[in-house]
Amino acid sequence: MAAPKVERFSSALIPLPAENVDTDQIVPARYLKVVVKSGLADALFHDWRFNEDGTKKTPPFVLDDPRYARRGILVAGDNFGTGSSREHAPWALDAFGIKAVISTSFADIFKNNALKNGILPIVVDAALQVQLMDVARSGDAAQVSVDLASATLTTPSGTVVKFAIDPFAQKMLLGGLDELDFVRSKAADIEAHERAHPGTVNTTAPQAAQ
Amino acid sequence: MPPPRWGDAPLWYARCMAKTIVQKIWDQHVVSQDEGAPAILAIDLHLIHEVTSPQAFTGLRTRGLKVRRPDKTVATADHSIPTTPRNLPIADEMAATQVKQLETNCNEFGIPLHGWESPNQGIVHVIGPELGLTQPGATIVCGDSHTATHGAFGALAFGIGTSEVEMVLATQCLLQRTPKTYLVRVDGKLQKGVSAKDIILALIARIGVGGGTGHVFEYAGEAIRALSMEERMTICNMSIEGGARAGLVAPDETTFAYLKGRPHAPQGAAWDEAVARWKQLPSDPGATYDKEIVIDANTLEPMVTYGTNPGMGLPISGSVPDPATESDPASARALTRALEYMDLTAGQSILNQPVNTVFIGSCTNGRISDLRIAAAVLKGKHVASGVRVMVVPGSADVKRQAEREGLDTIFRDAGADWREAGCSMCIAMNGDQLAPGEYAISTSNRNFEGRQGKGGRTFLASPLTAAATALNGRITDPRTLA
Repeated sequence: MAAPKVERFSSALIPLPAENVDTDQIVPARYLKVVVKSGLADALFHDWRFNEDGTKKTPPFVLDDPRYARRGILVAGDNFGTGSSREHAPWALDAFGIKAVISTSFADIFKNNALKNGILPIVVDAALQVQLMDVARSGDAAQVSVDLASATLTTPSGTVVKFAIDPFAQKMLLGGLDELDFVRSKAADIEAHERAHPGTVNTTAPQAAQ
Repeated sequence: MPPPRWGDAPLWYARCMAKTIVQKIWDQHVVSQDEGAPAILAIDLHLIHEVTSPQAFTGLRTRGLKVRRPDKTVATADHSIPTTPRNLPIADEMAATQVKQLETNCNEFGIPLHGWESPNQGIVHVIGPELGLTQPGATIVCGDSHTATHGAFGALAFGIGTSEVEMVLATQCLLQRTPKTYLVRVDGKLQKGVSAKDIILALIARIGVGGGTGHVFEYAGEAIRALSMEERMTICNMSIEGGARAGLVAPDETTFAYLKGRPHAPQGAAWDEAVARWKQLPSDPGATYDKEIVIDANTLEPMVTYGTNPGMGLPISGSVPDPATESDPASARALTRALEYMDLTAGQSILNQPVNTVFIGSCTNGRISDLRIAAAVLKGKHVASGVRVMVVPGSADVKRQAEREGLDTIFRDAGADWREAGCSMCIAMNGDQLAPGEYAISTSNRNFEGRQGKGGRTFLASPLTAAATALNGRITDPRTLA
C-alpha cells in the first residue's frame, strides 16, 4: 500500500456552493458497510446525485454535469467535511478523481483524513473563495494549478496565492513517504515511554482478576 | 496575557507555569517530537468497531505487522448491527460480512471483542465507561467522531480516521499537533425540564458547527460540576458537533464514585494511587485558554434543532429564523436550503410541529439515566396514535438494567418499541431508519440531510423533550407536562 505522492497538478474547477458540507452528504452512512477502500465513486454525494431509482437527477448534480466532467478541484462553501470520522469521504473523493477541495475552512478530522489520502484541503480567504466560485459557476474551463512544494495555487487570472499546509504533511506527500514507517522508526522512543508510563488501562483482564 | 512588569514577577511566573488539563495530559503522553513534525502521542485506549476498522487490519496484513498493544485495544460491534432480537441472523449481507470480519480480525490479532452476542456488547462510547476502561488522564481514540464522549472522565479522547486506526494498531501512537484550548464555562443552575442535552445544543447554536475547529473544549463551571457522569458524557459527546475533536470535564468526586469498582478500573492500592494522580489533573488556577465562552444555565430552555446541522437549534418556545434577516449571504443560503429540506417556514413556531417517529437512544442519550427519564414521562400513558417510538438502549448492560427496573414494560405498555443495543437510527446503517419525508424527534447527535434515512428529517432534542413529544405526536415543551 504505497503512500500517496503529490507534487503539482492543474484542473478547471467544480462549484459546490454549499456551506458545512457534512460527511453524510459526501458518503451516506449506508455505503460504510464495505470492508475495502475501493469502489466508492458512485457513493460520493450519492443522495445529491441520484434519484431513488438510481438514475441521475435532472438537472444533474455538479459532479455529473457534462460542463464539469473530468475536473479534479472542488470549490466549496465554508467548513467543508463537518461531521464524522469516516475516511470513506476522502476515499470516495479520490475514487471520483478529486485531487483538492478549496474552502475557507475544513473540519479537523476530514482535513487529516484527506491529507493521508493525497487530497489537498486548500484553505483560501473568503474573497478568493468567492472569486473562484464565480469562475467555477460560469463553467469557465480556465485552469487552476496547485504546486505543493511551494504551497501555492495559481488562479485562472494568473495570480499566485500561498496556502497554509502542515509542513510535515507537505513533506510526506512530496516525498511519497509513509507516516506509519516514520512512527515505527521511533520504536525505541515508544518503548522507553511505555516503560516509564505503564498506565492503568488494561483491556485484556478485569483488574479484579489480576 | 500582558507583558510582565517587575513587581508582577511571581504572578507572571505562576501564570506561565499554570497548565490546563489538556496541556497536562498532552505533556504526559508525548513520546517524542522531531523539529517541524507533529508530536508522537502515546495512546492509552483504542476502541474498535466494525465500520471503520476492516481496512486498517487489511493494512496491517499487507505490511506484515502485529497489533502492538492488544491489552490497550478493545472492540465491539455497534454501527451496522440490527437491533432486532439477537437470536435472528443479520439479514443484511454486507453488515453480516462486516461483523464477521471484525470477529476474524480480533481473533487473528488477539484483541478482546465484546461482539454481537456478548453480554458486554454496546455502543463503543457506552461500554468504555461502563467497563471502567475510560479513565481520567488517559488518551483515548476510536475511528468514530463521538469519541469525545470519554472526555467526561477528564480523558483526552478524540475521533480518528481509518489510516490513523491502522497507525494506532501498529504503534499504539498517533502523530498529532498540539490542540488549542477552548474554555466553555456554564454558570448557574439548570431549570426544571432543562437538561445536559440542552446545554450542548445551546452551545452549538451559539458558536456554530465550525466554532470549535482546531480546539479542545474544556467544560467547566457550576452547572457542569452539578451534572452526573452520564450527563457529562452527553455534553462531551457532542463536542464534535461544535467543531471540536475533543471536549472534556476535569475529574472530581463524581467521576471517582462512578468509576470505583467497575471491572477494568484499578483496584485496592492501585485505585488509591490512581485517584491521587487523577486529582492532579484539573486545570491550574490562572491557566489560560485560546478561546473562552460563558453560558448562563439559569436562562436556558429546552432546545430543539430545526435545520440540517446541529448548530441550527433554538429554544423550544422560539420560532424558525428567517433567511431574509441573515446578514451573511452564506448563512442565508444555508438556512434557505435547510428550511426547504425540512419543509419548514421562516417564522413558524417549532412547538406543535408533528413528528412521525421518536428515537430514544444513541451514544449521546442511550444510557440508563436517559431511559429512566423517558420512562418516567411515558409511565401509565400511551404514545400518540400513528407515532412510532423506538427505544434503543446504548448497551446490553443498559438493557439488562432497564429490564431489572421494569422500564421495558413501561415502554411496551406505552406503545413504544423496545429493542436490542446499538447505534440504530442515529446513523441508520442497520435498517432502523426514516422513510423519505418523515419527521423524527431524536435524542441522537446529528440532523444532517438523510442522516436517519434518505429523505428523513430530524429534530434533535433531549430524552425528556422527545418523550413528551411522543405523547402528543407534536413537538412538546416538557415543562408543560402535568
